[in-house]
Amino acid sequence: MAPEWLVQIIDFISQPWPWWVGGPMIAFIMFILLYFGKEFGISANFRTMCAADGADEMNEFFKFDWKSQGWNLLVALGAVFGGYLAAHYFTAPGNNLAHVSAATVESLRQFGFNYEVGQVPLVPDFYSWEALFTLKGLLVIVVGGFLVGFGARYAGGCTSGHAISGMSALQLGSLYAVIGFFLGGLFMTYVLFPLIFR
Amino acid sequence: MRMSRYILVGIIFGITLYKVEAVSWFRIFEMFHFQSFHMYGIIFSAIACGICVVQWIKRTHMKSTEGEEIHINPKDTSWKRYIYGGFIFGLGWALAGICPGPMFILLGSGYTVLVVFLLSAMTGTFLYGKLRKRLPH
Repeated sequence: MAPEWLVQIIDFISQPWPWWVGGPMIAFIMFILLYFGKEFGISANFRTMCAADGADEMNEFFKFDWKSQGWNLLVALGAVFGGYLAAHYFTAPGNNLAHVSAATVESLRQFGFNYEVGQVPLVPDFYSWEALFTLKGLLVIVVGGFLVGFGARYAGGCTSGHAISGMSALQLGSLYAVIGFFLGGLFMTYVLFPLIFR
Repeated sequence: MRMSRYILVGIIFGITLYKVEAVSWFRIFEMFHFQSFHMYGIIFSAIACGICVVQWIKRTHMKSTEGEEIHINPKDTSWKRYIYGGFIFGLGWALAGICPGPMFILLGSGYTVLVVFLLSAMTGTFLYGKLRKRLPH
């Protein structure tokens, strides 16, 4: 049996976290990486993985010292472990929920997601191997992944590199990128979603 | 030991984004419908704290553990690549409901199908590398 104080700590962490804990924690992570002499940016790993798989011999964009990026791959690996720990140890059973607003539950209904308030799961059911072979699953996972990978490198960073690192350093380019993220996201949400989810 | 600290940072990052529900497709859906302050709260409070951190680093000429003064690389000054690339990224972000960080986190939480997402993202990155010279930047 785990000691009482440890159980209390785990119970405390296992609650859903409010935004005002999450935001400062993300800034703290960015600070720690800067303090280690690195810059926070997860999507750079896609380029490193391409280079490590041999793309460096096919294209000059992937000819860089990818071994010096090993630290970032370790951050990604840590994130995989973190996801495992959070789901298996820091979430009460059956409590993998997204606590979205009642208005969102109503909007979700229009797209065919029939959830009750307080019962919306964290991850939708089209994230499964079975759904991969449906049109919706294929679109979300394969096309979505492709757009994220292509767009992140074209824009020179993703949410962590631009919205957090770049904006914190008051970089104008990152502001443009975040505007781009939202224009793309809103176009998908309001123009393409009604065609995809019905 | 020197490298394991990055794994630890990743673990904290993973637990944080999972517990604050930023890995949720439904939270991203909610954000793009402007129906809750939650995601905006995360992003804005992260940036607000981040600005303070960066200013503190700059003003104290803080040194990293590598012994050098912390330097943040400036980004390009043009806007095209950011708006065009950002737009494409945004399409994928809203469609998939996940960005690169949450992808790794959900992969670890048990959604092994995200390996396919990872391979697709690498394909996208590879194709960008191929087309780079022909795209406006």
